[in-house]
Amino acid sequence: MHNADHEKQVNMENLHPSLIKIQAGADTNPAGEAGVSGPGPKISARNVNFYYGSKRALNNISADFSARRVTAIIGPSGCGKSTFIRLLNRMHELVPGSRLEGEILLDGKDILSPDRDAAELRKRVGMVFQKPNPFPKSVFENIAYGLEVNGVTDKNLIEEKVVDSLKKAALWSEIKDRLKDSALGLSGGQQQRLCIARCLAVSPEVILFDEPCASLDPISTARIEELILELKKDYTIVIVTHNMQQAARVSDNTAFFLMGDLIETDRTDRIFKAPRDKRTEDYITGRFG
Amino acid sequence: MKRSDIVQKLGFSALFACMAANIVFLGSIIFFIAARGLSSISWAFLTEAPRDAMTAGGVAPAIVGTFYLTLGAVIFALPLGLACAVYLTEYSPKGWIVNLLRISINNLAGVPSVVFGLFGLTVFVKYFGFGVSILSGSLTLGILALPVIISASQEALTAVPQSIREASLALGATQWETIRRVVLPAALPGILTGVILSVGRVAGETAPILFTAATFYMKGYPRSVFSEVMALPYHIYALMTEGSHPEQQTRIAYGSSLLLLALVLSVSLVAILIRARQRKTYNA
Amino acid sequence: MHRHFDEELQQLKNDILKMGALAQEAIINSVDALKGRDKAAAQKVIDSDVEMDRLELVIDDKCLDLIALHQPMAKDLRFITTAIKLNAELERIGDLAVDVAQRALSISDKPLLKPLVDIPKLAGVAQRMISGAIESFIKGDTELAKKVVLSDPEADDLKRAVEKELIFDYMMKDGSSADRAVPLLLAARHLERVCDHAVSMAEDIIYMVDAKVVRHHPEELA
Repeated sequence: MHNADHEKQVNMENLHPSLIKIQAGADTNPAGEAGVSGPGPKISARNVNFYYGSKRALNNISADFSARRVTAIIGPSGCGKSTFIRLLNRMHELVPGSRLEGEILLDGKDILSPDRDAAELRKRVGMVFQKPNPFPKSVFENIAYGLEVNGVTDKNLIEEKVVDSLKKAALWSEIKDRLKDSALGLSGGQQQRLCIARCLAVSPEVILFDEPCASLDPISTARIEELILELKKDYTIVIVTHNMQQAARVSDNTAFFLMGDLIETDRTDRIFKAPRDKRTEDYITGRFG
Repeated sequence: MKRSDIVQKLGFSALFACMAANIVFLGSIIFFIAARGLSSISWAFLTEAPRDAMTAGGVAPAIVGTFYLTLGAVIFALPLGLACAVYLTEYSPKGWIVNLLRISINNLAGVPSVVFGLFGLTVFVKYFGFGVSILSGSLTLGILALPVIISASQEALTAVPQSIREASLALGATQWETIRRVVLPAALPGILTGVILSVGRVAGETAPILFTAATFYMKGYPRSVFSEVMALPYHIYALMTEGSHPEQQTRIAYGSSLLLLALVLSVSLVAILIRARQRKTYNA
Repeated sequence: MHRHFDEELQQLKNDILKMGALAQEAIINSVDALKGRDKAAAQKVIDSDVEMDRLELVIDDKCLDLIALHQPMAKDLRFITTAIKLNAELERIGDLAVDVAQRALSISDKPLLKPLVDIPKLAGVAQRMISGAIESFIKGDTELAKKVVLSDPEADDLKRAVEKELIFDYMMKDGSSADRAVPLLLAARHLERVCDHAVSMAEDIIYMVDAKVVRHHPEELA
C-alpha cells in the first residue's frame, strides 16, 4: 500500500507541470458549494448599494474576488458591471451626485473609510480601460509617469521599471526601439498593452480590466487574453467583458450581473456548462440581451 | 438632371460665392494697405523716432510701446485667465453658478473696448494712481484679453479626453498632479493658440489705451512701467486726426498700418505653426 | 426571443428520434427473425443497418457544425454533447441488432432448440428502455430516464435466466445441442448489451437536464 502511494507520487512528478496543476486544483472547491474557487478573497464587496443621484444602479451586491485568480463580470449593457468594477478603485467618486452604501474590503480592510486616501488605493488597485488611453506623451514617459507621481526620482530605477513593465506586458520586443516616439503612434492593440504596462509599473496588487478588448481586433484581443492569463500568477484580476467567450477563456470565476443585481457567481466552467439560475442560462445561451 | 441635383449644385455655388467674396475682401484690404504703405517702410522707419512734427522719421517708439503693452497684458492675463479656466473646468462643481460665470465671461468678450478704456481710466489711472502709464494700459488690455484667454483655455481643457484624466487618477496621481502633468500639457497647444490670438487682438486695440497709456509723441523710449508710451494703433489714429501736414502724415499712417497688420498676421502665423507642430507630435 | 438556433436544435432532436426509432425497429425485427428462423427478415436487419450508419454520420456532422458555428453554452451545450453521445450509443445498438440477426442466420437452417420465451422478453425490455431513453431526451424528463436506469437489473436477470437454462438444461445434458444453444446464448448477451447502452443514454440525459453526473455515481439517482 505504502509502495503504491509512493509510485503514484513519482508518476505525478513525471507528469507535465500543467497536468499536476489540474490535478492539484481539481478539488479546491468543496463539492456542491456555490461560489468562487481558489485562495482566500483579495477583495470582498459586502451589501453594496450604489446610486446615481436618486437612481439605484447596484442592489445589495456581495461578492468575493480570489487572490491571483481572474474573475470575469458579465451581463447585458446597463447591468451595472462597469459601475461595479469602478467602485473597487473608487473611480466612482469622479461621478458627481453618486452615493455608495456598504463595504468594500481589500485584504479585509474597508477601502471606503474616510481616512483612506483614494490615490493610495489606486496604486494598489490599477485599472485598464475600455478604450486604450495612453497619455499624449512618449512611450517611455507614459510608463514613467506613474512612477514619478508616486515619488520615484531615481532615473536608473525608473528606466529599469519601464523596461521591466514593457516586458511583462509582452510589448518590449515590438517597441524597444520606439521608446521616445509618441504613444499615440502605436496600433490599438499595442496602445492597450502599453496601458497595461503603465499599470504594472506602479506594482499594483489588483488589476481591473474594464472591457479591455472592446475596440481591438481578434489578434490583439488574443494577445491581451494571453497576457491576462500570464499576469494572474502575480496579480488579482477582475475583468468586465461583453464577450462571453472571452470570459470563458480567461477567467477562473464568473459573476453575472443583471439590472443592478448580482445574479450568480460560480466557477467559470460551471457558469458556462450548468448555471444555477435560469436568468444566467438565458443570457449565456443568447435567449435575451 | 434631377431636381434635387440642381438644388444641390445651386447651393454649392452659393456657398462658393460667399467664400470667394470673403477672400476678395481680405485680399483687397491687404492689397490696399500694402499698396499705400509699402513705400514708407524702410530700415529707418523701423528704427528711428518721428521727426519734424510727425512728418518724417520712423515709428520705433510706437513699436516698442506696443510690444511692452502687449507683453504686460499677457503677463497679467495669462496666469489669471488660465487659473480661472482650470478652476471652471476641473474643480468647480457643475451647476448653474458655473454656467452663469461662463455666460458672464462670454459677455465680457462682447463689451466695447472703449468701455474697458474708461474702466481703466477710472480704476488704474485714477483710483490706484498708476497714472497714464504702461502699467495702466497693460492691465486694461489684460482685462480685455481675459475673456478670450479664458474661453480658449476652457475649450482646450474640455477637449482633453476624460479618459486620460481617468488613466492618470487610476495610477494613483492626485487631481492636481493630473492637471499639471497630463491635462495642461495636452491642452497647451489650444491654450497657446488662444493666447496668441488674444495678443493679436490686444496689439491692435486703440480705445483701451486711449486714456490709460498712450501718448501722441515722445522722444525716447519709456523708462519704467509708469511711463506713458507711444503705440502703433494710437499712432495711426493720432496721425489721421491731429497735426498740420495731413499729406505726409497719411503716408506714415499707411506705413504704420501695414506694419501693424504684418505684426498681427505674423503673430497668428506663429499660433498656426505651434498648433501644427503639436498635432504632429501627438497625432502621429 | 425566437432563435434560428432553436430550429436547428429541434431538427437535431428529430434526427435522434429517427435514429432511436430505427434502433428499436432493428432490435424487434432481429429477435423476430431469430424466433421465426427467418433468413429474409434477418438479412433485412443487416441491410438496414447501412441507413443507421449513414444517419450517424449526418448527426455527428450536424453536432460539430452547431458547436463550431454557434459556440453553444450551458443548456444548449449539454444538449448537443448529449446528442453526440446518444448518436453513438444508438449506432452501437444498431450494430448489436445486426449481431442478433447474424445469430438468427446461423441457426435458420436448424430446428429451434426450444420455444423462445425469455429472449423475446429481454428484447421487449431492451426496446422499452430505448424508447424510454429517447422519450426522456425529447421531453427532458429525468423521472423517465431514472426509470430506464433502474430497469437494467431486470434485463440482467433475464439474461442470467437464459444463460442458466441454456447451459444447465441443454448444453450440459446434451453436448450436441451446443451449436444451437450458443447462438441463443450470444443473442441474449447482445440484447443485454443493448440495455446497457440504453442505461448510458439515460444517464447522459439526466446530466443534460439537471447537470448532475449520475454515471458511476448510482447514489445520485436517489
